[in-house]
Amino acid sequence: MDIPVVWFAVVAFFWVGYLVLEGFDFGVGMLSPFVGRTDGQRQAVLRTIGPVWDGNEVWLVVAVGLPFAVFPQWYAALFSAFYLPALAVLVALVGRGVALEFRGKRDDVRWHRRCDAAVAVGSFVPAVVWGAVLGTLVQGLPVDARGTYAGGPVVVDGWPGLSGAVALLGLCAFHGAVFLALRTTGVLQVRALRTARLAGPVAVVAVVAFLAYVQLARGDVVSAVTGVGAVLAVAAALVAVWRRRDGWAFAGTALGIALTVVTVFVALFPAVVPSTLDPGWTLTVESTVASPYALRTMTVVAGILLPFVLAYQGWSYWVFRRRVVAP
Amino acid sequence: MDVLDLARLQFGMTTVYHFLFVPLSMGLSAIVAGFQTAWLRTGDDRYLRLTRFFGGLLVVNFAVGVPTGLVQELQFGMNWSAFSVFVGEVLGVPLALEALLAFFLESTFLGLWIFGWDRLPARVHLGCMWAVAIGTQLSAYVILAANSWMQHPVGFAIDPETGRATLTDFVAVLTSEMAVVAYAHTAAASFVTAGALVAGISFWHLARRNQVGVFRIAARAACAVVLVAGIGVAVSGDMQGKVMSERQPMKMAAAEAIYETSAPASFSVFTIGTLDGREEIWSLRVPYVSSFLATGRLDGTVEGIDDVQREYVATYGPGDYLPNVPATYWNFRLMIGFGMTAVVASLAGLLLLRRWDGRGRGRRRRRSARGDRWVARAALTLPLLPLLANSAGWVFTETGRQPWLAFGLFRTADGVSPGTTASEVVVSLVAFAAVYAVLAVVEVGLLARLARKGAPPVDADADSGDGPDADAPLALSY
Repeated sequence: MDIPVVWFAVVAFFWVGYLVLEGFDFGVGMLSPFVGRTDGQRQAVLRTIGPVWDGNEVWLVVAVGLPFAVFPQWYAALFSAFYLPALAVLVALVGRGVALEFRGKRDDVRWHRRCDAAVAVGSFVPAVVWGAVLGTLVQGLPVDARGTYAGGPVVVDGWPGLSGAVALLGLCAFHGAVFLALRTTGVLQVRALRTARLAGPVAVVAVVAFLAYVQLARGDVVSAVTGVGAVLAVAAALVAVWRRRDGWAFAGTALGIALTVVTVFVALFPAVVPSTLDPGWTLTVESTVASPYALRTMTVVAGILLPFVLAYQGWSYWVFRRRVVAP
Repeated sequence: MDVLDLARLQFGMTTVYHFLFVPLSMGLSAIVAGFQTAWLRTGDDRYLRLTRFFGGLLVVNFAVGVPTGLVQELQFGMNWSAFSVFVGEVLGVPLALEALLAFFLESTFLGLWIFGWDRLPARVHLGCMWAVAIGTQLSAYVILAANSWMQHPVGFAIDPETGRATLTDFVAVLTSEMAVVAYAHTAAASFVTAGALVAGISFWHLARRNQVGVFRIAARAACAVVLVAGIGVAVSGDMQGKVMSERQPMKMAAAEAIYETSAPASFSVFTIGTLDGREEIWSLRVPYVSSFLATGRLDGTVEGIDDVQREYVATYGPGDYLPNVPATYWNFRLMIGFGMTAVVASLAGLLLLRRWDGRGRGRRRRRSARGDRWVARAALTLPLLPLLANSAGWVFTETGRQPWLAFGLFRTADGVSPGTTASEVVVSLVAFAAVYAVLAVVEVGLLARLARKGAPPVDADADSGDGPDADAPLALSY
């Protein structure tokens, strides 16, 4: 495999990592008003993601920063096209992050309720928008002969965007519910499991619909395999929830999100942004890739740093492995 | 206004806003780590209280700093996609390095620190805060290297086929003279900023005779930090001025509003005249200082705006290479003025500290009640001074670079996204302005509440109301 393809895989890896990790804390955030009925219970729900959500969000910084460095034209076309979706995600993430950190800074139930609302909305919006972006990306964008984006503002573009949005929303809700079941006890755990049993079937159906579209639009043999794998993983997670195997269920939803995102990237490859104007203007891995020197530099940098990052992030999950108890 | 003006306004607004929080986080994390280290070494509970107290403020500050930084990263693609394509691999590599090296470090270890009080051994827990402090400094270094590249591009070549900048020497980008002095200047300024916040809050409590024993320690430490860092700011600023005069003579000329090349050149502290500084009615001038700032010699030549304009036309072709001279001239003065006032105020603070040394007699204490009110008022304004200086500094250095995005290579006007419409930029500008305004109110209100409460007593953890919960974090819970 040549270096540009490896870097395409690395970018995909960071998007997978981002959506798997932040996927469960989006899920926990949007479910917090339903699973936590009292102020104290909602506090306990949010505490399950408290120590880790910020580290999870940094995966997005890398997932966005890497294409800037190694596929500059991809990055440029992507975010100038998805201007308004990116804006929605940014506003949501700013509000959500601040609400998570500020919630406990005042001893005031009204304050807590406002922060809870900001966390719920701020978790819901990015899940929907990222899903819509993935779906729309598979469909393609109006990219002109110079490789620049030549359309107007994009919001959610038709069925592809919509099916992606619903699929990621369902996956995040299921993933978050399963994570909550894994990290809580007592009444919270009971409610989290009940939510997981509701969200699970929705997630399975939504993922089947979305991946069927991806497969029909741009799929090949490999994407068919990963797509089927994604559906099986989510379905297996649902079985695990019914059988009360919390750890297996979480592994299933994590694998389900991972394979769904992988399927999108596999289906896209070797394109990074398909052009809807003329297939010949499609941005590809080869046409947008940075110079060999920049790639070599990034390979050295990432090769040295990434193992450390994975090690200490893993350690932080280990430190906070105990279940959270509601008051 | 067209897309270009709107996009510039948006970038300026979001950058200055982001940079209100960044230097505080940089300096404060090190100060908190310092207090915690002092606590581990002495076992003195007052240091623990200071660690918890200022650690709480740090967390609030961090919560706004991180997501507003993400806004900056996405804006390159949203508003400046033409520039992103041109420069992506040169600026993108340091940005990616920042995320991998520093962002993960800061956010992961801050989470471990906040929730790890009773989960981690004391030394490991302290190490988490040091990791945060180091992470913020690494972040600043790498970002300033990227910014310095835009001020003075090095380590690149222009691809003859695509016309884009390609990276040829990453080490040169990271170690350019410009990057080193810019980092030194910013790092020193971050300690002035955080020190002024700690000193301001401490003197406010001291003036109200509140937790005098605890806040005396903090006030003395913070004043010392501001003084030492203030010297660092001055020295590094002086070095930066010389590099700037060499690499960006127009910026130096605009900073002084000197139109004709002069040797020796005087420094105008304050000028009344036409706004662009072409004609002056009256000015307060210090002879030789501009020459010294620019060249290090008292009689050194400072190039004037008109001569530099002629030079640039000869080098880069016809065009107007003047930045906004009044904005550059006045922000340069505001930066120096606010910064110096903060340092002088901290020196006064060190002298004032004897007021609360506990040895004062009753009569002396009564007499000083009126003085205390003044101390309290001055203390509230102290943290604002470095923040204003930092903002003015950024506005100065970025407006002074105009009309270039990457100096000598790429004009600002060519950088905007071709597909982006003015309405998109207006929508996002309004959205960010609204969110940032709300955030500012919430953040300042929260910081003020926390600051007013003072340092919590060491056994305050029991009041978090979480019951017998092994996972309940202590003073900094949700």
